[in-house]
Amino acid sequence: MSTTYDGAPGADPIGQAPVLAPGHTPASVTERISEVVNTKLTKTPRWWLLGLAVGFGLLNLFLLAVTNLFMTGIGIWGNNVPVGWGWDIVCFVWWIGIGHAGTLISAILLLLRQSWRNSINRFAEAMTVFAVACAGMYPILHLGRPWLPYWLLPVPGTLNMWPNFRSPLIWDVFAVSTYATISIVFWYVGMLPDLATLRDHAKAKVARFAYGMAALGWRNSSRHWANYETASLLLAGLSTPLVLSVHSIVSFDFSVGIVPGWHTTVFPPYFVAGAVFAGFAMVLTLVLPLRPLFKLKDFITDRHLQNMAKVMLTTGLIVAYGYVLEIWAAFYSANEFEIFMVLNRFTGPYAVQYWLLILCNILVPQLLWFRQVRSNVWALWVIAMFINVGMWLERFVIIVVSLSRDYVPSNWAMYHGTKWDIAVFAGTIGLFLTLLLLFIRFLPALNMFEMRVLTPEATKAHGEEK
Amino acid sequence: MHGPHTEPLLHGVMAEFRTPEELLEAIGAAKAAGFTKLDAYTPYPIERVLDALDLHHSKLPLLVLGASIFGAVAVFSFAYWASAIDYPLNIGGRPLNSWPAFIPATFEGAIFHGGLAAALGMLLLNGLPRPHHPLFNVPRFVEHASKDGYFLVVESDDPKFDGPAVRRFLESLAPVEVNEVEN
Repeated sequence: MSTTYDGAPGADPIGQAPVLAPGHTPASVTERISEVVNTKLTKTPRWWLLGLAVGFGLLNLFLLAVTNLFMTGIGIWGNNVPVGWGWDIVCFVWWIGIGHAGTLISAILLLLRQSWRNSINRFAEAMTVFAVACAGMYPILHLGRPWLPYWLLPVPGTLNMWPNFRSPLIWDVFAVSTYATISIVFWYVGMLPDLATLRDHAKAKVARFAYGMAALGWRNSSRHWANYETASLLLAGLSTPLVLSVHSIVSFDFSVGIVPGWHTTVFPPYFVAGAVFAGFAMVLTLVLPLRPLFKLKDFITDRHLQNMAKVMLTTGLIVAYGYVLEIWAAFYSANEFEIFMVLNRFTGPYAVQYWLLILCNILVPQLLWFRQVRSNVWALWVIAMFINVGMWLERFVIIVVSLSRDYVPSNWAMYHGTKWDIAVFAGTIGLFLTLLLLFIRFLPALNMFEMRVLTPEATKAHGEEK
Repeated sequence: MHGPHTEPLLHGVMAEFRTPEELLEAIGAAKAAGFTKLDAYTPYPIERVLDALDLHHSKLPLLVLGASIFGAVAVFSFAYWASAIDYPLNIGGRPLNSWPAFIPATFEGAIFHGGLAAALGMLLLNGLPRPHHPLFNVPRFVEHASKDGYFLVVESDDPKFDGPAVRRFLESLAPVEVNEVEN
């Protein structure tokens, strides 16, 4: 929005909170943000150590669960016939969806010139990378023979055959691996100038060397900035269709199948909207506690919370539309199996999960219509948690409810996750927490150079060009 | 003129300014004085500085376009060759060249190559990685270039370059400090 570039930073004609608290200069922004990283190791905050202990503990649970999985096999999970996809695929889709908000914030909002994204983009990009790491492990763990994932790649070998390019599962391999690669590249390229800042201001020799090597010799030259700005725009332009394609292709994993409830045409857009919905919920879940802990209220202001809440409300409504359309499509198709699938969701053995999903994803988020709710951090956090749970349940309902009762009643079976399903899921949360805490402690979690752009000094230099 | 193996003694002469406006004025003055090999160093990208230095001709978009087209063509050709020629698989009697099914992988191939080209091309065009550079010998540059300093460098390969004269010229622009940057 060009209005943020006129006069005071974040000055807004309709009186919203500024995107950067007044009184900041490029130097103060730099010092305030790099302080988090430059704190001596011995002065690491207690809560951080505690968080890392929890995350690392859960990560060890993951190692335990995966070791058992590799030694014993998929049988330790609840998967059965006909429910061949259980918690593993539910959690895969859940994690990959969470990653999508990061790309939305960093790429789509950059293209739309939404300068409020500047303080949360780096964090959201990191969240994307870590969530994709968690997601990417599930399909491999689920292979049954996890030492053979390279069969999915078109590499020449003794098999003398190629992957089937007509299969959505192969599309998924291409989509997710491209998404992981480009997310890491985008994240790292975005960090270069800030790594250079850390190099220039690090006190310890080791830190200066490490940041110096990571910064690749970035020196803030205008010649560099010109290519850099072009590269950022190009990466954003490439990431935008990429993020839409990834969750569309994830939805093809289902919609190309013949299982009732898996092939309404609304699947791709409603999966993408659901991903953004879940991702913003996760950003809020993490940012709301970090904001007071790191004293970042100057940079992540009420404006950010309001905007994120509005994006959640909007995408939540798209998701609600998807749910309604699924029901409508079933009855419009006049296909008895599709109609049965819908009634089975309403009243079948998994009705509790279905109605909880409606509560979490449709009813509770309606509170976000109220400004008082959007500006209350506790209410926002609780709503975000509801959405995190709701989006997990959504994938459970889509996958398990459809599979457990498809065409032939003699083929029906109930599915229940086991303690090992829970252990693996908790373990990926541990991996996510560990990576995230290491990131906010040792890398610039807020984008310093883009925050400098929001200071009055910089907006003045920009403003005169209009 | 110096021989092919002798580096000039100086990389250039550097002046530091307090604000973007002062830097822009200095760039204007330096251009008016006939200098052409100028570079500015700012803690964040400033459009008007890029305009003043005429830096809006990045070759990157072409590179990325080329890489994306290569990626798309490569993946599609491979999918066609693998599915229709090398290992033809009859699935429900459908055509071997079932091209719509190859599109998702083709699309991802285009994005993959384009994205990597954008990042690696940016580094290549910027001459990175290059961990050390003569500029880092100036203490105030290290302290302020990535925080709140705005620097202008007249580089020694400028045809009008003459160390002491450039220093006098830059000092006339009321900078914080002027430094010779030794190679």
